[in-house]
Amino acid sequence: MINENKNWFLKGLRDGIPISLGYLAVSFTLGIAAKNAGFTAFQAMLTSLTNNASAGQFAGFTLVAAGAGYLELAVMELVANARYLLMSCAMSQKLHPSTSLFHRLLISFDVTDEIFGVSMSVPGKLNPFYTYGLIAIAAPGWASGTYLGVLMGNLLPVNVVRALSVGLYGMFLAVIIPPARKSKVLAGVIFVSMAASFAFTKLPLIADLSTGTRTILLTVLLAEGAAVLFPVKEDEEA
Amino acid sequence: MTHNIYLYILVMAAVTYTIRMLPLVLIRKEITNRFIRSFLFYVPYVTLAVMTFPAILSETGSVWSAWAALLTGIVLAWKGKSLLQVSVCSCLVVFVLELFLV
Repeated sequence: MINENKNWFLKGLRDGIPISLGYLAVSFTLGIAAKNAGFTAFQAMLTSLTNNASAGQFAGFTLVAAGAGYLELAVMELVANARYLLMSCAMSQKLHPSTSLFHRLLISFDVTDEIFGVSMSVPGKLNPFYTYGLIAIAAPGWASGTYLGVLMGNLLPVNVVRALSVGLYGMFLAVIIPPARKSKVLAGVIFVSMAASFAFTKLPLIADLSTGTRTILLTVLLAEGAAVLFPVKEDEEA
Repeated sequence: MTHNIYLYILVMAAVTYTIRMLPLVLIRKEITNRFIRSFLFYVPYVTLAVMTFPAILSETGSVWSAWAALLTGIVLAWKGKSLLQVSVCSCLVVFVLELFLV
């Protein structure tokens, strides 16, 4: 069992490398936003270490810069990060029911888009140590990128930052595409999701909603639709 | 009223952690309802697909390099390449193309 945990942890470290590199690029720009909001490099890094939330942190820095109140900030975080509630619900079913409270509390610390996506892609139940491996390499990337962003935000060549920034999307594709190859329904769901997401950026009124709110709306609508039209059988879930 | 920056950070962290922690701690059992199981099964695919497109198109200096990265990612992932390979190749495609496009 101990050996199995170690192997999962090591596998997590390896699969976390692209997450960490992507984070480094994204959090670099986050650092620039933090600097503009009056954060020191240390304070910005501390925010990244304790929050691990891109959109939430961006929104937070903006409010802090405007001198917002604590309650206002709390509500903003609630809205900007609400999608994690859905992700954690899905993840709760990926864990073995006997998973201890300690592991549940620890995993909760870093349920990000990327760590969630990659954790959900393992076959069968999730060993928490796999997620810890991902976190162990990804979280330092996120924190140090933010730190460096504050210190020297404008030094890294723009074309390098741009190239790195698609890395996270590449990873999302590596998570969702392989299962779609085996299931026409999943392939259809993914295609419709992308098309609807595109439409949502163009529709009047809806296009004015924040990206986070649109993501939640689309997830609830489309996952619900798929669940009604194509309920999964026990053996299909993996 | 002046605000303490560390209190700001604490508020952000506490709210964000609570959102993530509640479902993982409160939903301890396997959900047996087939509809909810199916819904949660589709959540990651829908969310990640929605977040990828069309957002990826505005990440780079040119829509064309972004499309190339998207297609590269889909093809390599379809062929079963690893996370690292898919991710790094998408980055490389953007980097190389933008030497000519931007």
